[in-house]
Amino acid sequence: MMTFTKQFLVALFAWGAATAAHAQLEIDITQGNTRPVPIAVPDFISDDPQVGNIGADIAEVVRNDLEDSGLFDSLAPASFVETQTSIDYEPRFADWRVIRADALVSGRVVVESPTRIRVEYRLWDIAQGRQLSGLRFGTTPDNWRRVAHKVADSIYEELTGETGYFDSRVVFIDERGPKTDRRKRLAIMDQDGANPQFLFAESDIVITPRFSPTAQRITFMSYENVVPQVYLLDIETGRRELLGDFPGMTIAPRFSPDGSTMLLSFIRGGNSDIYTMDLRSGSRSRLTSSPSIDVSGSFSPDGGKIVFNSDRGGSPQLYVMNADGSGTKRISFGKGRYSAPVWSPRGDKIAFVKNDGDRFAIGVMNADGSGERLLTESFMDEGPTWSPNGRVIMFSRETRGASGRNEIWAVDLTGRNLRKVPTPGSASDPAWSPLLP
Amino acid sequence: MKKYLLPAAVFSVLALSACASTPDPGPEPVAESVPQAPAPVPVVPAPAPEIDRSAIAPPVPQPRGPVPGSVDDFIHQTGGDARVYFGYDRYDLTAQAADTLRLQADWLNTYSTVTAVIEGNADERGTREYNLALGARRAAAVKDFLVSQGVAPNRLTTVSYGKERPVDPRSNEDGWARNRNGHTNLMTGTSS
Repeated sequence: MMTFTKQFLVALFAWGAATAAHAQLEIDITQGNTRPVPIAVPDFISDDPQVGNIGADIAEVVRNDLEDSGLFDSLAPASFVETQTSIDYEPRFADWRVIRADALVSGRVVVESPTRIRVEYRLWDIAQGRQLSGLRFGTTPDNWRRVAHKVADSIYEELTGETGYFDSRVVFIDERGPKTDRRKRLAIMDQDGANPQFLFAESDIVITPRFSPTAQRITFMSYENVVPQVYLLDIETGRRELLGDFPGMTIAPRFSPDGSTMLLSFIRGGNSDIYTMDLRSGSRSRLTSSPSIDVSGSFSPDGGKIVFNSDRGGSPQLYVMNADGSGTKRISFGKGRYSAPVWSPRGDKIAFVKNDGDRFAIGVMNADGSGERLLTESFMDEGPTWSPNGRVIMFSRETRGASGRNEIWAVDLTGRNLRKVPTPGSASDPAWSPLLP
Repeated sequence: MKKYLLPAAVFSVLALSACASTPDPGPEPVAESVPQAPAPVPVVPAPAPEIDRSAIAPPVPQPRGPVPGSVDDFIHQTGGDARVYFGYDRYDLTAQAADTLRLQADWLNTYSTVTAVIEGNADERGTREYNLALGARRAAAVKDFLVSQGVAPNRLTTVSYGKERPVDPRSNEDGWARNRNGHTNLMTGTSS
């Protein structure tokens, strides 16, 4: 991971302002910084040998989270001059300036009882010689990884003025077997690839999982009843239900921003159309009625509009309509074929897949279709999903050929910080959770 | 396959029992007088057979085609492939596909208890959901054509696998062409 970031610029995010309150040390994501912020995160201190490793493990996760974001350069611990023995004193700022750290995170782990630890950290602005923030978290010892992500989120938030995304998970499809006999299983992992687990033992065609933006609940499509249907799964209880026993195929499920409604495509007589379905009442309403392919609906975060994919103009393109199906407008006009649009949780961007010839790219455009930029390209990049703060896109990348396999990759909005997300095997169709509570 | 299994199984059972039994004890010696051999009797040979030296023609081969009404028969009678193929991002039937489907309809009209699932497939050069919708279009095109040739619509259901079930793993024109298909997959009512 280290090797990537050095060459990446931190630049060009078109949204919200980092506030002036953050003084000198802040990452101004509206103007575009030219280099990642050098940050030092020594192993968290602990007097208790029982949790000694936890202090080092937490710091490692914090370093990796910050580094992977592309906004920070996590300095190598071997270069550190000062070894702090307590976080209750000011660091020797000169020792951190000499290794060119702009920020320092000093942390400690305190054992309160055999089943409870307290994790504390202070974030220091080295140039100004002052503390920017300090927080304390309590948890069980085995939950140290989530605390590490929360520490990283707090640092990210303090320095960028943006909400973080590290304490989140990704549901995905684990793939086994050759291309002509692939077995697919629903799985979940932390956003950094840690803690991968299968969600249930079934192993057939299960595809396109999506997270509810408001709960630990997902929807996905499965062929277990021969004809593809859409299911809901509560991740915490393991309770799974068929969304509704509709005639024909039901595909392309996606939750509304408040989690109460689902967008779906029903296929009747070969023709796919987009519907909404109220999850409580089960009532449905039809939004498209063209004789063309209409799939992959995705709500804007205010729930007012829907972007979708249609070949009504002769080739697959992106369209936006009002949430009641009125006022449809085409928004993609570049050369090539567009599909799989997903509205950013911030509302300003739409991610999509574009293909021109035999290459597939992940791109973003403004909600009105302007400002199209391609972030990645390969033989097959598809299935974009947004981080909860709308700064990073995860997607599937499939390699070419008879032995081709799927991998999960992530790219930030600049397109410069591209990295592979570690998965236990071949993996596809990532779907990012909301930030965990 | 099945008919070869039985002799093999019998053989292995015999082999096993031979192995498992204890060796026969040798014959026990008996003290007994051997009777005198009878005097030889002259034997008249049997009459020589009449020999017809005309050649015997080889047997007329039994027809070895598939059982009428079976899945193999369907494939055999309709051009050797239960799939029809489509152009890239196309779901209209080619002339060749229509010819194949006419043969499929004839067969389905002959064996009128057979039902089928028409499976629509796409090549890998498309995104997952769009390809599902495209596969559904292809399946519907096949079904509609068969219905137009007299097959009752309630005998045909459709499903799309999009790009999820390629038959050819290659990422080249030949592989992609094979994976863009509508597959008439016979379900119930076939002879076996």
